[in-house]
Amino acid sequence: MLTLLFDGIAFGMLLFVLSLGLAVTMGLMNFINLAHGAFAMAGGYILVLLMQKAGWPFLACLPAAFLLTALAGAGLERLLYRPMYGKPHLDQVLFSIGLVFMAVAGVDYFIGSEQKNVQLPEFFRQRFELGSGALSLGMGSYRLFIVAVCVVLALSLQALLAKTRFGARLRAAVDDPRVAAGLGIPVDRVFMLTFAVGSGLAGLGGALGADLLGMEPAFPLKYMVYFLIVCAVGGTSSITGPLVAALVLGIADVFGKYYVPKLGSFIVYSLMIAILLWRPQGLFVRQGVR
Amino acid sequence: MSFQTSLLARSRWRPWEIGAWVVLWALPLVAGQHAALINEIAILALFALSLDLILGYAGIVSLGHAAFFGMGAYGAGLFAKHVMPDPLMGLLVAMVLSALVGFITSPMIVRGTDLTRLMVTMGVALVLYELANKFDGLTGGADGLSGVVMGPLLGRFDFDLGARVASAYSMAVLFLAFVLMRRMVHSPFGSSLQALRDNRLRLSAIGLSVNGRLAAVYTLAAALAGAAGALLTQTTGFASLDAFEFHRSADVMLALVIGGVGWLWGGIVGAIAFKVLHDLISAVTVQYWTFWIGLFLVVLMLVGREKLFRPWTWWKKRS
Repeated sequence: MLTLLFDGIAFGMLLFVLSLGLAVTMGLMNFINLAHGAFAMAGGYILVLLMQKAGWPFLACLPAAFLLTALAGAGLERLLYRPMYGKPHLDQVLFSIGLVFMAVAGVDYFIGSEQKNVQLPEFFRQRFELGSGALSLGMGSYRLFIVAVCVVLALSLQALLAKTRFGARLRAAVDDPRVAAGLGIPVDRVFMLTFAVGSGLAGLGGALGADLLGMEPAFPLKYMVYFLIVCAVGGTSSITGPLVAALVLGIADVFGKYYVPKLGSFIVYSLMIAILLWRPQGLFVRQGVR
Repeated sequence: MSFQTSLLARSRWRPWEIGAWVVLWALPLVAGQHAALINEIAILALFALSLDLILGYAGIVSLGHAAFFGMGAYGAGLFAKHVMPDPLMGLLVAMVLSALVGFITSPMIVRGTDLTRLMVTMGVALVLYELANKFDGLTGGADGLSGVVMGPLLGRFDFDLGARVASAYSMAVLFLAFVLMRRMVHSPFGSSLQALRDNRLRLSAIGLSVNGRLAAVYTLAAALAGAAGALLTQTTGFASLDAFEFHRSADVMLALVIGGVGWLWGGIVGAIAFKVLHDLISAVTVQYWTFWIGLFLVVLMLVGREKLFRPWTWWKKRS
């Protein structure tokens, strides 16, 4: 029981890191980016390839996945995404679906369609058992590691957005780009940096989750729904919203698949519809934005 | 009298439209060896037409239109298997069933932002997918619903392997739907839908019910999508979970966007272009055709829909 809860929390935390970048681009920059999963996939494959081909240690691959995807994100933002900011949502949806299709087929072509597995280092394969009976709690050390990383990330991002000069500039640029530019804020650069960090986080999430979720070319399509649910349910104007949504989703998914495996993801989807009917803007909404 | 004719001129059949339909009707007769492809195109066109109704005319961004397609597919299949094999009755039942689902889910799309609608429509399709997967006693689960044997059309024409009857049947349904939609779009109801798309607040300010209109158009679109699904099951004798899948919703949106949103011929033109493109690219690379369709989408969106299909405007200055 507690073990399941813990697994759910770990899965939720992973989803949180994966979706955070999407929440940022969607909520702050008002851009529906369905191609977010492609960045996560890029991170996962960077990890897999670096470990298998170059023989890097696992822990060194994580920052590499973050940096490389962030770079890719910055480049793509500059080249492709920027002209799409002002367009209608339908155009953005189609544009990013196109990107997903390209990413899926591209990975299929260059790396192959079979699922890649990750060889975790020895110290991540241990398990801790606490208590006994119905209340026993078994924790894999890798899942513990994921939870720890995600908590640190969430706290530091919250601090970055709320406390630093960059965070203030970003919020200003989002609320009114023209006035922000008039005040001397380099809006373009702020957006690019934000997009890069968001993509980098997706890459990191993909790398962290490569073991749990499995890496295959269809990854962006398979998990796209989950990312979108986190953002839609959590609301995209804060960090707390997606965090709570990701945790609820992760726990509901793990419990649902354990107790009623035949219903699959039915519970999660129904839950999402119910929440969205109850609060169409998401659970946590920042008041007073346009 | 003259102002009346000028007002009605917009809704009159143009000569090229009649010509295009003559060509479309002639296709199954002339190109009999491609009847299966023509059948597929007609079904996709009908599906795209129904999406056009809510996306192009009412402005609802939906990524879950496959929900109604799948409802129609399974409805027609189950009806033929358990009740009676007459295709027309099956079509009717499937449409009523899909319309019912559309009507029930329509309150979900009247609230919230584009993102919320996107998620809710997608969620409905996913929920139905999981249900169809779960009740495998009824639907056959992941194996699909097989053993659907259709009776002869109108009690006379048997569905043959060459799909000639099937293509003519699908074409006829597409034609009827097109005429119906053409009539509706140019009616006061259709005008009010376009007003709704452009400015909801003003529509409610002139005393028309926004929610009622949305529910009506969503139900109608669901019925048409259900008809498309029913046609697929009836002409192939098979229904599978594939009918509910996300890629079906994405494909139909693609087809519609290629053809042009908010234009009745958009669905038909788009379906033809999409299927032909699919066939051509698949002939070169079967596995990687999604790459090229993705590239096409990205370029289309970057350049702009208006611009790409009007090459003569490429070198003009932006106004």
